[in-house]
Amino acid sequence: MKKLLSLKNIVVSLAILIIIWQILFSVSSYDKALFPSPKMALDALIEMISNGKLFENIRTSMYRFAAGYISSVVIAVVLGLILGRLPKVFQYVNPAVQLLRPISPTAWMPFIVLLFGIGDVPAIVIIFIAAFFPVLLSTVSAVGGIDPIYLKVSQNFGIKQPALTWKVIFPAAFPQIANGIHLALGTAWIFLVAGEMVGAQSGLGYQIIDARNNIRADILLATILVIGVMGILLDSLLKLAERLILRSWGGAE
Amino acid sequence: MYIEVKDACKRYKQEGREFVALDNVSLDIDKGEFICLLGPSGCGKSTLLNALAGFEKVNSGSVKIDGKEVTAPSINNITIFQNYGLLPWRNVLHNVELGLAAKNVPRSQWEEIAKKYLGLVGLSGYEKRYPRQLSGGQQQRVSIARGLAVDPDIIFMDEPFGALDAITRMKLQEDILRISREEKKTIVFVTHDIEEAVYLADRIVVMMADPGRIKSVVKVPLGAHRDRTAEDFLYVRDKIFELFNLKSESYIEYYI
Repeated sequence: MKKLLSLKNIVVSLAILIIIWQILFSVSSYDKALFPSPKMALDALIEMISNGKLFENIRTSMYRFAAGYISSVVIAVVLGLILGRLPKVFQYVNPAVQLLRPISPTAWMPFIVLLFGIGDVPAIVIIFIAAFFPVLLSTVSAVGGIDPIYLKVSQNFGIKQPALTWKVIFPAAFPQIANGIHLALGTAWIFLVAGEMVGAQSGLGYQIIDARNNIRADILLATILVIGVMGILLDSLLKLAERLILRSWGGAE
Repeated sequence: MYIEVKDACKRYKQEGREFVALDNVSLDIDKGEFICLLGPSGCGKSTLLNALAGFEKVNSGSVKIDGKEVTAPSINNITIFQNYGLLPWRNVLHNVELGLAAKNVPRSQWEEIAKKYLGLVGLSGYEKRYPRQLSGGQQQRVSIARGLAVDPDIIFMDEPFGALDAITRMKLQEDILRISREEKKTIVFVTHDIEEAVYLADRIVVMMADPGRIKSVVKVPLGAHRDRTAEDFLYVRDKIFELFNLKSESYIEYYI
């Protein structure tokens, strides 16, 4: 029943969105090549699916996203686990992190393109930067905040490094780390598009630029919708993985 | 002596004011004894226990177990905490198996050992449960089984039943008394509950606060099977009550 209700919510919500779009299309005085109707965007979507361009671009984007996001999360979590246990060292690392963190990853873009050229690397680097700081900081704070009794018990029962980190500290800090990883997913997905718009000749972000250059607003809007749907899918996938891990660790359902 | 504390002093700085948690404390404990450290909060009983268990160092004096100075926690002396210290992401079985790797027990024997001690604390059949699915009393039983599984020489217990309701507490007191006799462990048990101390201890170490010190050590002349309502039990309990009601001005708070 709950599932049905939420399905109903989704359908109504999307229907309202499409109706507003349709009304705007009907009343606006823009050329329909510049401001297409939902139906035109749908046709463009079908066109992209049937000529294979869409899936090719999704594949390219997903490869970059996976490479940037996964490497970023792994490195940030490992670093965070180390730095979280060394608060004195982190006091020296933290000012630099705080300086770099508020810089939008897109600000690095021209620099990265200068260094690496156009292609996969700039998008991967942007995603890496976007995910890195939230995951690092949430891991450090999670490790610093774990209940000291776990450490006392580990000490008493002779659990030494590296088992201490993998068997005690990581699982104890996991719920908060997972929060950071989850937040970073959304941020990283946002910056994938930015990265591909500037630093690539393929992928979903580039497809938007390409559509603009060809004045194909229908393709442009269809791509935007695809990016949104992909974002939701990635988010649910991560939520599912999180729940599975927490359940296997006896956490709250 | 098996456990030897000599002239142990421990001071803390608290908001700029020095606080003496242990003031020249000396205490000897024999192998196999059940000792209760009894006193009001601030009397240094937990500090003394932490020093014995190796979690804290004393500022001066010496703390020795089996002739060796205590410098760090050891798997031979397990501490049971008031808030259990179970790892919530491990099920009961894996919690009890926690210390077996460090004891170099072959992996094939882990489950058998864990199940044996879970049986001993009355939790057979709970292996697959997670700590949050258990009551406080059951969680403390798991923690006791986990301690026993590594076959320690000494078990330190820091107000282990303090968070439990009265009935559960009495049941656990009975069980820990039985286990201490069956497994022949030396137990040092911190409590502020006089009745609990009289029920459990071979000797009660009565401590006083500000500065934390030992007032006296009382031998409990009761047998292995103790009856909380028996006359001799009440007699010993009253003796301890008297000790806390000393006519010195500094203990005036216990008149209330």
